Amino acid sequence: MTAVQAPAERSSRLSRAGGYAGLLLVVLVVALPLYWILISSLKERPDIYTVPVGWFPDPLTVDNYSAVGSGVAFTDYLRNSIIITASLTVIQVVLGVLSAYALAFLRFPGRSLVLLFVIGSLMVPNQITVISNYALVAQLGWRNTFTGIIVPLAGVAFGTFLMRNHFLSLPREIIEAAEMDAAGPLRMLWRVVLPMSWPTLIAFTLITIVNEWNQYLWPLLMADDASVAPLPVGLAQLQDTQGLTNWGPVLAGTVLTMLPILLIFLALQRHMIKGLTAGAVKG
Amino acid sequence: MATDLVAGARTGPAPAPLPRPPARRRERRGRGLLVAGAFLVPNLVLLGVFTYRPLIDNVRLSFTDWNISSPTATYIGFDNYVEWFTSSASHAVLWNTVVFTAAAVVGSMALGLALALLLDRRLFGRDAVRSLVFAPFVVAGAAVGVAFQFVFDPTFGLVQDLLGRIGVESPAFYQDPDWALFMVTVTYIWKNLGYTFVIYLAALQGRRADLDEAAEIDAASTWTRFRKVTWPQLRPATFFLLITVLLNSFQVFDIIDTMTRGGPLGNGTTTMVYQVYQETFVNQRAGFGATVATVMFLILLVVTLVQVRVMERGQQR
Repeated sequence: MTAVQAPAERSSRLSRAGGYAGLLLVVLVVALPLYWILISSLKERPDIYTVPVGWFPDPLTVDNYSAVGSGVAFTDYLRNSIIITASLTVIQVVLGVLSAYALAFLRFPGRSLVLLFVIGSLMVPNQITVISNYALVAQLGWRNTFTGIIVPLAGVAFGTFLMRNHFLSLPREIIEAAEMDAAGPLRMLWRVVLPMSWPTLIAFTLITIVNEWNQYLWPLLMADDASVAPLPVGLAQLQDTQGLTNWGPVLAGTVLTMLPILLIFLALQRHMIKGLTAGAVKG
Repeated sequence: MATDLVAGARTGPAPAPLPRPPARRRERRGRGLLVAGAFLVPNLVLLGVFTYRPLIDNVRLSFTDWNISSPTATYIGFDNYVEWFTSSASHAVLWNTVVFTAAAVVGSMALGLALALLLDRRLFGRDAVRSLVFAPFVVAGAAVGVAFQFVFDPTFGLVQDLLGRIGVESPAFYQDPDWALFMVTVTYIWKNLGYTFVIYLAALQGRRADLDEAAEIDAASTWTRFRKVTWPQLRPATFFLLITVLLNSFQVFDIIDTMTRGGPLGNGTTTMVYQVYQETFVNQRAGFGATVATVMFLILLVVTLVQVRVMERGQQR
């Protein structure tokens, strides 16, 4: 018996060792750049421009962070990011849930066409709609306003589709029983459907927050100054003026841009991944 | 057709309604239409005005000479198309787009699958590593671009330091167009690996363990087991990723803008999306930008349709 087991055991030990070697490699490739950005943002200026690279900030300083905080309207960018992300998230979640409810539960002519219209828009990249939208928004006088940034991004296709699929998976009997009680649609939604949908709704909300926080091209085109520009745009501006010669504050700004979304993600990653993988796995 | 874009869509006909008294039914249907309208119209209007309208407007604009800040566009027929299809700069841009997209799709899917296979195993600390791999995906592309511009800095960056340790000099990432394209592609894959990884991991976790066990009892080799048992079960996830990763990587703007601005040497890392931006908003040639956008959308449409076709055929088998 032992004679048979021994080679198998050795090969499994070998494969475990290989597994951990792979794990270590992954950690290095993904974490090392992040770590290096973080420590560089905590270095004094001459230390950033030193070869070879030092792996610990010595001396450690938060000067770069205070420079960013005071210098270039970074708090304004942060405020704008919060305003834009919060507005878009509320609008998209409300519109997405209402659209999904109509597509899943209400019977009306042309429903499948409407569904096709919503899903089809997923195929149109934002990046090629900017030309005509820019002209339209400029005509409306919305340039350099929150309205101009928010409204053109407010339509929701992915979330509608995600919620609709979830709604269709809910037990029919419960929905029909509630319909028999002649509950109005809003009441149905609030009392019956949503209480069975929190995980999917949370996933939808998180994906929306991440997407909108990270928006770049459209706000870049819309915003002329720090009154409405969100963090990614402000960061690129900072890089323009300071990069190469003064990486410290730029890297501190990068860390500050990444941090809020990373914290949200770490706290709620399970929910977010659930939304991303829904529909992808089963054929 | 388009419903198949996202696999797992429930597109079958709605279950038959319960029989109801006719009068009440008619009344309900009328109310249903009203409610559906109220629920759907705001969203449909937004998608119509800001997604579909510009798509069609692009076609109109592509036949004009137009400065985006001017109210009038001059009709010039097919001139823009002739220029785009014949200029060597556009060929370079098309080539960049193909290389970037192909490398991004193949690279992130192959690595994502490898990572998913690795982290599906019972290894100590795998949950933490899973989170780590997924983390860059949620971070702003612009922030990654800014940070990685310094990571790849040939004099003070991280990459030159690591290369120096094995006695290799850093390539001129910001002067050599090929290395610049390599750099933005690697950065993009680094950022988006988490996406292909979680999709493949979910697919692996949803596969049928009994098939694996049967293969194990048959003493099939690891490679045979993967090829014959695991890979076929991953097919839906693979098709889903092929379409979504292609759509996404075709549209990359933030990383290119913050790392290279489409350079070096004019259009070293200019992809079609970046060309749309540059012609429209930097060179003030919005008509030409609309032409590039239209061509780009047509390419995207054809590629996606072909993929969906192949996917449908694959599922019939």
